[in-house]
Amino acid sequence: MISVQHITKRYGNHLAIEDVTFNVKRGEILGFLGPNGAGKTTTMRIITGFMPASEGTVQVAGFDCFEHPQEIKKRIGYLPESPPLYQELTVTEYLRFVGQLKRLPPSRVPGRMAQVIEQLGLGSVRHRVIGHLSKGFRQRVGLAQALIHDPPVLILDEPTIGLDPIQIIEIRDVIRGLAGSHTVILSTHILSEATAICDRVVIIDRGHIVAEDTPAQLSSRLRQSEKISLTVKHPPDNWRERLSTIPGVLQVIQGPTPETSIIEYELGQDLREDIAQFVVNQGVGLLELKPLSLSLEDVFLQLTQQDENLAHAQDASPSSHPSLPVENRTQA
Amino acid sequence: MTPVNTLIAKELRCFVVSPVFYVVGAVFLFISGFLAHLMVVNAGQQALRFLQMQNTYAQLNLNELVFRPIFHSLAIVLIFLLPMLTMRLFAEERKLRTMELLLTSPIGINEIISAKFMSVLIIYLGLLGLTGLTPFVLSFYSTFHVDPILTGYLGLALQGAFFLSCGVLASTLTENQIVAAFLSFGIIIVFGLIGGLGSMLGDTTLGAVISYLSFVEHFDRLVRGLLEAKDIVYYLSGTVLMLFIAHRVVDSHRWQ
Ligand SMILES: Nc1ncnc2c1ncn2[C@@H]1O[C@H](COP(=O)(O)OP(=O)(O)OP(=O)(O)O)[C@@H](O)[C@H]1O
Ligand SMILES: [Mg+2]
Repeated sequence: MISVQHITKRYGNHLAIEDVTFNVKRGEILGFLGPNGAGKTTTMRIITGFMPASEGTVQVAGFDCFEHPQEIKKRIGYLPESPPLYQELTVTEYLRFVGQLKRLPPSRVPGRMAQVIEQLGLGSVRHRVIGHLSKGFRQRVGLAQALIHDPPVLILDEPTIGLDPIQIIEIRDVIRGLAGSHTVILSTHILSEATAICDRVVIIDRGHIVAEDTPAQLSSRLRQSEKISLTVKHPPDNWRERLSTIPGVLQVIQGPTPETSIIEYELGQDLREDIAQFVVNQGVGLLELKPLSLSLEDVFLQLTQQDENLAHAQDASPSSHPSLPVENRTQA
Repeated sequence: MTPVNTLIAKELRCFVVSPVFYVVGAVFLFISGFLAHLMVVNAGQQALRFLQMQNTYAQLNLNELVFRPIFHSLAIVLIFLLPMLTMRLFAEERKLRTMELLLTSPIGINEIISAKFMSVLIIYLGLLGLTGLTPFVLSFYSTFHVDPILTGYLGLALQGAFFLSCGVLASTLTENQIVAAFLSFGIIIVFGLIGGLGSMLGDTTLGAVISYLSFVEHFDRLVRGLLEAKDIVYYLSGTVLMLFIAHRVVDSHRWQ
């Protein structure tokens, strides 16, 4: 549905994004993840046709961004980084205006307005002037604006920013509900958000894509070993040395409390039974045994920091070409 | 509703709640009314003097005594007032980032620019129409030639449209409304002043060209009741040119 091909964007001499390539399938929700200044907004602005790429092309629903920009614009609902609101208009006036601007057939305007007002919980503020609304409600009106013409493609730049926790959950549900019938790209800094609503995430850092996969795959792929956290009631003196004698265990380190140990063993093995058996035999009082999985936060830090290390390594020895942490990136 | 009509309606809606609109409207109507009063009183005094000296009723030329000065004064007032109508058109959209909505909607930049221009033109022509009350009322009490009034109004309409297009261009150049207002004021003044330069150069080709570029002599001819194609062409082409440059400016922002 969306195909981004080798796009590069320069602001003067500043390279904002370089050779960014990814695809989004119909009905998929893609999370666009990256630290501040990574190039998320820049990429989205190029996809929506707000500005052209310096190099590369974008195709949406089979239309090329240079040949048929209007066809693309008709099919996209876009929530920019700061919601594009006219302070003087009321919520209904504004939504009607955007609907007409997006060439929604006049007969459908009232119906769609009622629908998005319902969907985003704007009923109580529908006749209020936008300039008088709170930040969270403005964000909702921004989202309503992106949805009003029922576009098959949605580009949402940080859709949940400025919302309270309950609203965040509501809005995530709204976005999740779009999956299947709509193709969505959303950007976020919040990794749990990407895990919660996205089918796939693209991690971008300093203008380059550093990883692309499902949230679950990403965290498992980057794990170099299995880790398990073990808590016992009365750890004996040389408890950690004793644990390391279990066949297959690579390393045992102290956990956050003296009673807790982190046992590391080779990837692909499952030592949980052996460990449990061993602890029971020792009679030290097994309290807890739980696998530690790498959170997306860890993945994110690991990727962006590895990338930094790579940059340093490349500076030091340009001949050696270190491979990226994620090897099978989905290509066009 | 086509997107252009939608945009025009939105602009008008925003003007209606804007204090700037009321200030500009009130000042314009007050000045035009005050000028009419002044000129009519002046004409009346002249008639009285004529009566005392010659002992007959004077055949005063109202076109010359009343309307021509009004048209010329209003043209000067427009230089100051119209930039205030146009200043927010694009500057505000850029400042509030609503330009991002317009430029990602299925409408072209030319449609955006024509809609914005049309909205201020409608407001201006509305205000100008209200000043038509002066000749309308005077026509009951006196006789004068109607043709120069009509061409005078045509001149004000065309000159206003040209000033507005200068203002649209100025508004695309900055995010700051005040800067936009002064910029369009500056552009209009330059087009006015080069008229003086042209007449200084006299009857040379360069002088003629420079004079042609200024609106001063075109407006003068229309106010005197002369309807010539070259004057109409001047205003229309000037307006289109300004809007075209504005189009280039908006487009270039996307590429920066
Ligand atoms: N209009 C601009 N002119 C010059 N540089 C820009 C412009 N917009 C963005 N940049 C630069 O391009 C880079 C990418 O910016 P971008 O806004 O795409 O980042 P982002 O991933 O959206 O960040 P954030 O999470 O803070 O929103 C940054 O280094 C930024 O400074
Ligand atoms: Mg951003």
